[in-house]
Amino acid sequence: MISTIVIIGAGQAGAQAIDTLRREGYQGRLILVGDEPHLPYQRPPLSKKFLSGELPMERLPFRHQSFYDEHGVELKLGTRAGELDPTARRVTLSTGEKLDYDRLLLCLGADSRRLTCPGADLPGVHYLRSIADVPVIQEGLKPGARVVIIGGGYIGLETAATARKMGCTVHVLEMADRLMNRVVAANVSEYFAHEHRTQGVHIVCNTRVLRLEGLGRVERVVCADGTIYPADLLVAGVGAVANMRLAADAGLACDNGIVVDEHCRTSDPAIYAAGDCTYHPSLRFDMRVRLESVDNAFEQAKTAAQNMQGRSVVHDRVPWFWSDQFDNKLLIVGLSQGHDQQVTRGDPATRSFTVCYLKGGELLAVEAINQAKDYMAARKLIAERARPDLDKLADPNVPLKDCC
Amino acid sequence: MPTLHFDQPDGSRTTVDAPVGISLMEAARQHAIPGIVALCGGACACATCHVYVDASWFATLEPPEEMELGMLESAAEPRVGSRLSCQVPVTAALDGLTVSVPRCQAG
Repeated sequence: MISTIVIIGAGQAGAQAIDTLRREGYQGRLILVGDEPHLPYQRPPLSKKFLSGELPMERLPFRHQSFYDEHGVELKLGTRAGELDPTARRVTLSTGEKLDYDRLLLCLGADSRRLTCPGADLPGVHYLRSIADVPVIQEGLKPGARVVIIGGGYIGLETAATARKMGCTVHVLEMADRLMNRVVAANVSEYFAHEHRTQGVHIVCNTRVLRLEGLGRVERVVCADGTIYPADLLVAGVGAVANMRLAADAGLACDNGIVVDEHCRTSDPAIYAAGDCTYHPSLRFDMRVRLESVDNAFEQAKTAAQNMQGRSVVHDRVPWFWSDQFDNKLLIVGLSQGHDQQVTRGDPATRSFTVCYLKGGELLAVEAINQAKDYMAARKLIAERARPDLDKLADPNVPLKDCC
Repeated sequence: MPTLHFDQPDGSRTTVDAPVGISLMEAARQHAIPGIVALCGGACACATCHVYVDASWFATLEPPEEMELGMLESAAEPRVGSRLSCQVPVTAALDGLTVSVPRCQAG
């Protein structure tokens, strides 16, 4: 009999698990532990409308306190899970409180990868991951302020766009030869570099940060080629690492994340995991992945919540992602690794185009720039392993849904 | 505060009061209306907040922008009155608005 479920991590996955558990009839004790002092909230706006001040704090949480009260959820916020004993099925919190569970769900998320260069520990080096990170960055986003962003990925570029809109002088320093190089095609990188430059952001690729310097706080970034970038504000967005120490210390299998199976179950049958912290099988793409996305957190949490109640549901979804930069919306669906063909639909000069990836003739992934129709069509087609006609695919006048 | 009605395919109705200025989706999410998942949180990137707006109200709303239209075209079960609820701001004029949750999203 499952009478106590403990969820560690009060983000997207933790909030969704509560929803699914109660909706599907779980009536036992339900405890949500979160290390931040906030009700579960949306993280994507932190680099966008919340950073710019357009979205007020009260609109960030998924649900109000009353939802948790009505659903009988014991919230233990501002509390860290310190130790996990899978044999005793017990979690010890930072407050010293011990929680016994029948099923445990780990939604530990990911944390910003830290810079390691000399000077990285100087005050004034900021990362953007949670609400607590925002005020100090906001304070620095004044018109004319010199903002240096290390890392030309999603977080770096979204932050750059927000800073630029607020009137800052912005430099983005990227080590690779192009922006978002791990996640998008070369022509998509080129498009976004052009968009940022048009808006006045200085994009510098192929540059390696040698060290950070300053008296008492970071004041400048020194690059390997000798260039020095003065910084009133420095934000680093150089990737993320899974939060898995709690699981690893408890002896659960971990490898780039907490290892789970297609049921979102860890190596301990009473413990499940969901979201950014998991290293999980993607059935559609036939590989193990760790994904940082709202969609994956939601879907895995739902699956885990169902399985914790004795069902046998398989997590088998095509992942999707999005990014807002200035007035551009980048929509990505699928995983492009292993593709053997790439087709671009439309002309980037029109500010709306789509890059399609194929493998053995099957549609594998799509990057749609300001192109909702192709994106929505691709979500279905990729799941169905559709095989598009290449001539039609290359013709933007043929709707993607009619290419197969 | 304007009153909004959310109807489910099984005929059940939830009535909520929503402050002016938030979106229809946010009002639904705060009250855990089944079927309005709203994964992207209002970025017009997922179409999981798709609703049907009652015919009598549909024409009174600001028309959808191109991005929303593109999302709706391939959303599940689109029809006349389809909107992404994240793109509809709650205004005083919407007092009494009724929307329905598509069957495939419910439950």
